[in-house]
Amino acid sequence: MNQPKKHSILKTIGLDIGYSNKTEKTIITEAINIEVHEGELVAVIGVNGVGKSTFLRTLSGVQDALEGKVLVKNEQIQQIGSLELASLVSLVLTEQPISKNLSVFELVALGRQPYTNWIGRLSKTDLRQIKKSLQNVGIEDLQNKKCYELSDGQLQKVLIARAIAQNTPLVILDEPTTHLDLYHKAYVLKLLKKLTRKTNKAIVFASHEINLAIQLCDKIILMQNNSVTTGSPKELLESGAFATVFPEGLIVFDKASASFKINP
Amino acid sequence: MQSQKYVLPLLLLFIGVIILVFLNISLGSVNIPFKDVFASIFNLEVSKETWRYIVVEYRLPKAITAIITGSGLAISGLLMQTLFRNPLAGPYVLGLSSGASLGVAIVIMGASVFGGAFAGILLSKWSLVIASSLGSLLVLIAVMLASLRLRDTMAILIIGLMFASLTAAVVSVLSYFSPAAQLQQYVFWSFGSLGDLSWNEVGILAMFWFVGIILAISCIKNLNTLLLGEQYAKSLGVSIQKNRLIIIIATSLLAGSITAFAGPIAFVGLAVPHLIRQIIPVNNHSILVPAVILGGAALMLICDIAAQMPGQEYTLPINAITSLIGAPVVIWLLVRKRKFLF
Repeated sequence: MNQPKKHSILKTIGLDIGYSNKTEKTIITEAINIEVHEGELVAVIGVNGVGKSTFLRTLSGVQDALEGKVLVKNEQIQQIGSLELASLVSLVLTEQPISKNLSVFELVALGRQPYTNWIGRLSKTDLRQIKKSLQNVGIEDLQNKKCYELSDGQLQKVLIARAIAQNTPLVILDEPTTHLDLYHKAYVLKLLKKLTRKTNKAIVFASHEINLAIQLCDKIILMQNNSVTTGSPKELLESGAFATVFPEGLIVFDKASASFKINP
Repeated sequence: MQSQKYVLPLLLLFIGVIILVFLNISLGSVNIPFKDVFASIFNLEVSKETWRYIVVEYRLPKAITAIITGSGLAISGLLMQTLFRNPLAGPYVLGLSSGASLGVAIVIMGASVFGGAFAGILLSKWSLVIASSLGSLLVLIAVMLASLRLRDTMAILIIGLMFASLTAAVVSVLSYFSPAAQLQQYVFWSFGSLGDLSWNEVGILAMFWFVGIILAISCIKNLNTLLLGEQYAKSLGVSIQKNRLIIIIATSLLAGSITAFAGPIAFVGLAVPHLIRQIIPVNNHSILVPAVILGGAALMLICDIAAQMPGQEYTLPINAITSLIGAPVVIWLLVRKRKFLF
């Protein structure tokens, strides 16, 4: 056990997530305690409407926590200035009104905005980072294409490259595999895995691809109605946590193959 | 970097604007030889003193007004389109021009409706500018507040159109009660005109324009970030609220002051950014902003040349000419390229 201790990148303590307005609070999930270390690939799994997106928004500081703390690199997220936070956490979101008239290079270059001067001029360091992230994601040949020329899978890779160019220790992705076919789903998740190994970033993503996540992730955050279970896929398999993910009947978890099957 | 390849089109646009300025000044209802036009501008010997007067006191301020209105409206259109991430946004569609019209209508016609004591104070050019800017600012803030609640850009446009029809209704009521002279003054104002400005007024307009353009330039980096949508912009450290406020102030300064001096000029704000995107297919605002400034100026100079119909006594309303010339061009460009770049 001589392994060097891994640094904590993201930690929540007694976190309650949900929505609040002037009169009332709607708590979606209570008392979430998780910890993510550098170089880890973490999947957030749960059925539709269980609060995955709310959870990720709270983790990235877009939405305020109802109760409890979110710590990024051991610092409370509310106390981090917006520009500093931009150098700690980068996002990959779906269904954003992104201008498709941007070239791939320009879009990836926007990841460098927190570091550029008032007019957004790219320095040598910026150009090097952009080139490196294009290489890491394997889309160098696309860099002069316009975004409207890309397929959904290619665009997803470009958005990931943009987040990598932002050069943050934590990358959060909201359902990066929607609209993709099985091959590209696997490709994107494999790519994320490769990026955690190569860059030592912590990557947290929400996904419905349980079967793929079990095979690839270091850790799974399993969100169910008002309870959150965390562990490595192996731990969760052994504790039988997957059995209760979906409502009983239609889909069952097959322990032997470690995957979900339709109940015949 | 990639932006280098757009230097040439920008340079060509700039040269185009210079040529158009000289054309604009040389052409008019009175035929003045080129040589004398130059002489009047550079304060040399002119064959006829009246020619010098026409060029220096009438044509030159008109050309400058054309440049200011064209570029100012085009920039405010670009700012709105990027801020709302909506290709249909523009000062006219979002009700800014209507708000400005309402302000001016209240000043011109309200003065008589509400009684004579104010009339004297209200009818100075300054008060027109202030009323018009306030009018457009009010509408813009209302649209903005609505957009904070709605988050749906289509709904924002519909609200802008609603405000436009609301203000139009108030203007109708005002015109119903106001005497013919005031009504005529308002109707002439609403035709739009570039030619009625003295050097003093051009100076005032230029001041507003300058502040608006500087604010727009200061936003270039954040405008680029907004191309990814507000959530991404926020995650890149952009302060959305502050940025919105600056863009709104810049837009209402530009659209408000220009509408006050030159009337509610339709079309330019919406169309020029699209025209430019068709010619220079880029969305990087550090290129788009100067290109749109130049493009707006060029379009307005061309329209003004057409409006004064060289050799004729008549001057057509500029408001009609911008659409008459511009709309077919936009339609042609979009149909020819078949690709809508935004």
